Amino acid sequence: MVSLTINGKTQQFDVPDDMPLLWLIRDFAHLTGTKFGCGMAQCGACTVHLDGSPLRACVTPVSAVAGKSITTIEGLSADASHPVQQAWAELDVVQCGYCQSGQIMSAVALLKAKPDPSDADIDAAMSGNICRCGTYQRVRAAVHRAAELSKA
Amino acid sequence: MNRPLRNAFGLASLLALAACGSSGPPAPPKEAAIAAFATVQQVFQHPRCQNCHIPGDAPLQFDNGLPHEMGVARGPTGHGAQGLPCSTCHGEKNAPASYGPHAPPGAPHWALPPPEHKMVTIGLSAPALCEMIKNKSENGGRDFAALLKHVSEDKLVLWGWEPGGNRVAVPVPHADFVAKFKLWSDAGGPCPAT
Repeated sequence: MVSLTINGKTQQFDVPDDMPLLWLIRDFAHLTGTKFGCGMAQCGACTVHLDGSPLRACVTPVSAVAGKSITTIEGLSADASHPVQQAWAELDVVQCGYCQSGQIMSAVALLKAKPDPSDADIDAAMSGNICRCGTYQRVRAAVHRAAELSKA
Repeated sequence: MNRPLRNAFGLASLLALAACGSSGPPAPPKEAAIAAFATVQQVFQHPRCQNCHIPGDAPLQFDNGLPHEMGVARGPTGHGAQGLPCSTCHGEKNAPASYGPHAPPGAPHWALPPPEHKMVTIGLSAPALCEMIKNKSENGGRDFAALLKHVSEDKLVLWGWEPGGNRVAVPVPHADFVAKFKLWSDAGGPCPAT
């Protein structure tokens, strides 16, 4: 049995210790906004936050995060009002959308560490999130916009 | 007492006083210490160690030292770019074997040396590596005791001997390496000429 706080709600999960956190989030907590992409921390689609820091859920066994606090895309806001979500909608960043929850979670982590990032800062922080539709230019613009919205 | 005899007597007295004033065992012979440094170099310049002790800001990966995928950077503290810390992918220990050979490895405080003292080991000659290891402005202010503690106990260093996956482990047994490091440092860290 593993105890986890996901999006502010503490729950017990009867799962094997070596189950990837991503499996728990999707199949046991039934939060399907976090995506499976590669299963080896190569693409960033599964990015969540562990105590506020980004984490690839697909390569993290639940035993490594027992008792800790996880935030998924669903936990950013109840109504998509988080500044990063607002910026994403305003600039219509999404194409197919599969990678975007991971992109957004990485962007939130970046803005927490660096509230007013340069293009280079954005490229460095977002380089682990792959987008097969090639929305990188809009991702970068939306991070800048989110930084503005966060200051407003 | 003539002058040469008096000088010799004085010198013998000084040596005797110096011997009485010293504490602990005598330093190992310089030649043995320099020979031991060859093992130190072998470990410091193994891919498990030198992949992160790099001159630039992009760490290396794999046994053949390829640039780390995804443009990973050292960042302002050695823990990766702001917003993309090493801990995003590298946990406190290796992923379970069931995750397959491509899961990122893990060990406590996974990081590179910070940019202000990069502790570069890659590509250095034996004398240059030897001098770098001892240089407090490059090694994070560590004296020999702190260096010995680093190579003996640091969990990220120890990971090099149990890297998991299909990664090649440091080939020298850890205890042998520490013994050689201690022999070298106890002698004052003499450096080879070539």
